[in-house]
Amino acid sequence: MARKDLLDFSRDRMQLVFFMIMPVFMMIMTGFIFPSQSSLKDISLGLANQDKGQMGVILTKVLTEMKTSSGAAIFKIKTYADVDGLKQGIRAQAINGGVFIGSDFSSLVQNNQQATVSLVPDQSNPQISQILTQILERVIAGTGNSVAQAKVGEMLKLTATANPSLSQVDPEAIISPIQTTLDNLIPGETNYFQFIAPGIMALIVMMSVMAGLAASVSRERESGTLDGLLIAPVSRLSIILGKSLSQTVRGMVQGLVVLFLAILIFGVHVYGNWLIMILLMFLGVFAFMGVGILVSAMATAQETAMTIMMTLQFPMMFLSGTFFPIQQMPHFMQYISKVIPLTYESTALRKVIVLSAGFSAVWTEIVILFVFGAVMLAIAVPMFRRMVTR
Amino acid sequence: MENIIEVKNLTKKFKDLTAVDSISFNVKKGEVFGFLGPNGAGKSTTIRMLTTLMRPTSGQATVAGHDVSSQPDLVREHIGLVAEKIILYDRLTAMENLMFFGNLYHLPKNVIKERAAKWLKALDMDKWEKKQTGTFSTGMKQRVNIVRALLTEPEVMFLDEPTLGLDPQTSRSIRDFIKDLHAHGVTVILTTHIMPEADELSDTIAIIDRGRIIALDTPSDLKARCNKPNATLEDVFLSLTGRVMREETHNNIPSARGRHFMGGRSRIR
Repeated sequence: MARKDLLDFSRDRMQLVFFMIMPVFMMIMTGFIFPSQSSLKDISLGLANQDKGQMGVILTKVLTEMKTSSGAAIFKIKTYADVDGLKQGIRAQAINGGVFIGSDFSSLVQNNQQATVSLVPDQSNPQISQILTQILERVIAGTGNSVAQAKVGEMLKLTATANPSLSQVDPEAIISPIQTTLDNLIPGETNYFQFIAPGIMALIVMMSVMAGLAASVSRERESGTLDGLLIAPVSRLSIILGKSLSQTVRGMVQGLVVLFLAILIFGVHVYGNWLIMILLMFLGVFAFMGVGILVSAMATAQETAMTIMMTLQFPMMFLSGTFFPIQQMPHFMQYISKVIPLTYESTALRKVIVLSAGFSAVWTEIVILFVFGAVMLAIAVPMFRRMVTR
Repeated sequence: MENIIEVKNLTKKFKDLTAVDSISFNVKKGEVFGFLGPNGAGKSTTIRMLTTLMRPTSGQATVAGHDVSSQPDLVREHIGLVAEKIILYDRLTAMENLMFFGNLYHLPKNVIKERAAKWLKALDMDKWEKKQTGTFSTGMKQRVNIVRALLTEPEVMFLDEPTLGLDPQTSRSIRDFIKDLHAHGVTVILTTHIMPEADELSDTIAIIDRGRIIALDTPSDLKARCNKPNATLEDVFLSLTGRVMREETHNNIPSARGRHFMGGRSRIR
């Protein structure tokens, strides 16, 4: 049964091609569409510098010379006369944001008063403007910090005559007395692909099992070959198990294709144990098998099956934390995401692949997936039996 | 002669529609039993119940001595089915198809190969065994389909409109084949809309209409009963079922039956 299905599947060239292409598409799209800080470059930034003094020049220089880690310039600076000019520029979408330095900027700094730099964000593009604001704030804070260091240094020198111990003090320690350091679980920086790859693996495995199973049963039903299986003296259980087996093989292969593509093209690294990962993929297949059987028993036509699948898969896709972190979602959605088994599949895969988690860290997910799969199968198999012979 | 199929008060209801209404008949071992009726009369439903693809609402039916509802697996070992839809996988070759279906019946490989070769040759399909069946014409597919049904050498063959949509040559060869089966003592249940075909092949003819059997006799007796000189089977059929065309909802279109989306028991399959 399983062998026949796989043979049948492998003969369909078109399907085979898309079977490979689909995961690649998904990776590319999701990977590149969502901007991450490190991938930003060539952002058009408007600058209106009315300051004639030295501080304005320094700030302009810092912004122009900012580089990404790969050496590309982050900003493309365009010069404007004033705030209104910047706003016009944003409206025309010539720039993604603006920086305004007032005419009294340098003199205020020199006279030990607080000076202001205004940022004009592009509110039509919240994601970019949020990142932009972050970067600019950091840049300006950094510039401000060096000004402060110089000033504090001078003050320390003056007070050192009264209190000699102060001469040993680093001005930095007074300006920012507390520092943060990052202590990573895995070396280096993680990118969005590293986050998305395990999720997509989980998703692809789920989709191929559920949709594949339902489509293959309803296709046989439509073409009449299901009758051929049903009049043979084999049990309904072995028919559906055979079908499930072929879909399992397919799902696993597809999951591995995603993984290899992720490794080869997108530089994703598997930090955890391969065996645990494969086991998790297999459990994912097992968990969704029941749902697939249930849908195939319910739907008479292939189109019906596909529609039901879409309805089930769409919320799963977005609520399972495959593309977006669950923590970002509103509360009620977080609750929904807790009852979706895919959530556990992608969380567990992510733990293993990115954080090199061992068995002890994913056993809850394993239990949940297993129980879900077993319960669904227990419901689905008798349902299937009843539905096919009316 | 002993009866190989015994049907008693067999009924199938779909919601408020009674597709098969308490029919009873027997089929003798080794005969060709012609099963005729207008579209939607209940022929296919009856065949589906006898082949264990559908559960009867009430009544009993035994095939080869086994009850269709309580011993479906035993019934399945004795029957072969050629239905309206061709039971073959398009992307498998003729031989792969036959091997697969033979495997379902737990036949040893060499037996399947031997039988497949024999029947394919008999139906002039032996040179095509390594080609995917999707590339075949309807006639070629139907011939492989018949070989598939014959692999297990069943005692009872259900042929549901086997010559539907075939050219005269293929129809001829299939009719000859049915005669051949008959000569080998296989019981054949044949449904068809082609009256001369039924007349030529059948030992007994049952005409079913609106879920009931309205005539059951040999073709010659049926024709003799008709008040018309040189009556054909078509005359008999039309006089019994009326000349008016049927417009009752056909229950073979799953989406056109106004049933519940889930769990509805009204579905046919």
